[in-house]
Amino acid sequence: MGWKFNMSGKDNSGDHSGNDNNEEKIHKKELNGPKKTKSVESKSKFTDKTITLKIFRINQNNEKSNSHFDEYKVSSKRWTTVLDTLLDVKSYQDHSISLRYSCRMASCGSCGMKINGVPRLACYTKISDLISEDDPDPTITCEPLANFPYIKDLVTDFSQFFNHHRKIMPYIQNTKNDTIDSENLSEYVQSPEDLDKFLQFSYCIKCGLCYSSCPTVATDMNFPGPQALSQAYRYFIDTRDSANKTRFNIIDDRHGIWRCHFAGSCSHVCPKGVDPALGIQLLRSHLLGFNKNEKKIAKLREK
Amino acid sequence: MVVNDIGENRVNREGLKGWLNPTRYGWERVSYWFQRLTGIFLLVYFIGHVYETSSLTNGIDAWNAMLELTQTTGGHIFLILVIGASTFHSANGIRLIFVQSGKGLGKPGRPDYPYDPVSLNKTQRSGIWIALILSAVAMLYGANVLFE
Amino acid sequence: MNFENISKKQLFKESQIMKIHYITGICALFVVAIHILMRVIMPYNMSLEYENVVMNYHNIFYAILLEIILVLIAIHGFNGLRIILIELRQNTAWEKSMTILTIIGMISIIAYGTRTIIIGNGLEI
Ligand code: SF4
Ligand code: FES
Repeated sequence: MGWKFNMSGKDNSGDHSGNDNNEEKIHKKELNGPKKTKSVESKSKFTDKTITLKIFRINQNNEKSNSHFDEYKVSSKRWTTVLDTLLDVKSYQDHSISLRYSCRMASCGSCGMKINGVPRLACYTKISDLISEDDPDPTITCEPLANFPYIKDLVTDFSQFFNHHRKIMPYIQNTKNDTIDSENLSEYVQSPEDLDKFLQFSYCIKCGLCYSSCPTVATDMNFPGPQALSQAYRYFIDTRDSANKTRFNIIDDRHGIWRCHFAGSCSHVCPKGVDPALGIQLLRSHLLGFNKNEKKIAKLREK
Repeated sequence: MVVNDIGENRVNREGLKGWLNPTRYGWERVSYWFQRLTGIFLLVYFIGHVYETSSLTNGIDAWNAMLELTQTTGGHIFLILVIGASTFHSANGIRLIFVQSGKGLGKPGRPDYPYDPVSLNKTQRSGIWIALILSAVAMLYGANVLFE
Repeated sequence: MNFENISKKQLFKESQIMKIHYITGICALFVVAIHILMRVIMPYNMSLEYENVVMNYHNIFYAILLEIILVLIAIHGFNGLRIILIELRQNTAWEKSMTILTIIGMISIIAYGTRTIIIGNGLEI
């Protein structure tokens, strides 16, 4: 399977980030070179292993009490990801397993699941990172993401999550500029500094890992969750957007932004470095008025 | 409602167990957990303390009877826990007020693999540690005063 | 897609409540520090003797200090409790009853504590 070998690119952390690095950062990485080789060397000791994969099985049409774990033995190599082994099992051992995936490279956000108790992307988690070398019988447990309703096995229902995302109006609204008049429509003028303020938050792939790890979401289903709130900040700080008041009114609610207590779990699990906790705290500081909003709405470029 | 009706059969919220388990997600989660538990504990103590001191209004005998009840070894240990809890709750609370006002968090930038979230930085971690150490020191001091 | 229009019939906005929460928290820290200092400026056991305690209550400034602590902590503590409780369940009945419950708790503890302070202030030694 050729694609398996492509996955090994992940070992080399330098190549992996899909963002356009500026030269300085690449340079820094080269300076760190020797250290990195060392870690690769130590990893390369990882020999092929047979692991036990425990998969949570449930069907929404059956009683919840019918849920159980099925165990499979699969072999894994140093570069094998959890998604690889799951697909291996699905192809050769049990076709009835349901899971969701698409890109296999942490870009689509559909393969989120709880792996060994912590929400992670299956395509982004290597078996060799989860088990220790001297474990005689390594076991990996895959469960559906917590806080999302079950559908079947590892597939969960994202509609509540997406509804929360929709509710904060995740799109540019601008009343200052006439965006209807297509004759005169050109581009907004934004400086690189303006971009840097929200770029990080726009890397969100809506994988739901943060939503699944949040202790408030665990009990409060009206709480928008880290993903939606950090997206609110992403549009709040974007100079093309002028709907700050509207969004403030949505999130300054009994079950709004104040139910975040900065437990940081969302930033801990986010696979894209979005750091939702940062976005939420910054948004809150603006809401409290500690951080003055000196945002100037961007102008349309003259045609 | 935002939330569509889903059958009981499909609910998979972590529930109370979710926040009662502070492991898995690093120190910030532990501090969140502690902040809550100490908060509830201090509220219980506060109510008890108001009740305890109200025996004053019933004269010296009632007051002394209450003192006898509370000034025991168990009562002193409880008081020491209260000292520790209130110190942690205050120190960590001040840290939380700062972060929630956007201070000490770092700046958003261009994330680079391996992604280290800037909000979970050294400032935060040392804040949590300082809160823990302060409360330990306060408990020692309290023990010193109470058991002298 | 249905955008819920949650009734905005709250007396305070949530952000205002949180500001109160922060301010009461910080102020309580200072006044409680003074309150504890009063226990350790003389030997701890002596400070708890009936006469010394009543003397404290006779000092009008200290009585006012106690009243301030009482109010600050009651607001801060019961609002904290409300936050924890409304995160547990989401329906109007639960939220309303929890809000009312915590307000009742707040008022009754303030009333009860104030009674001690007033009577303590008038006690003869
Ligand atoms: S913020 Fe991160 S963890 Fe949350 S949905 Fe977006 S990419 Fe996933
Ligand atoms: S398969 Fe696309 S993120 Fe894992």
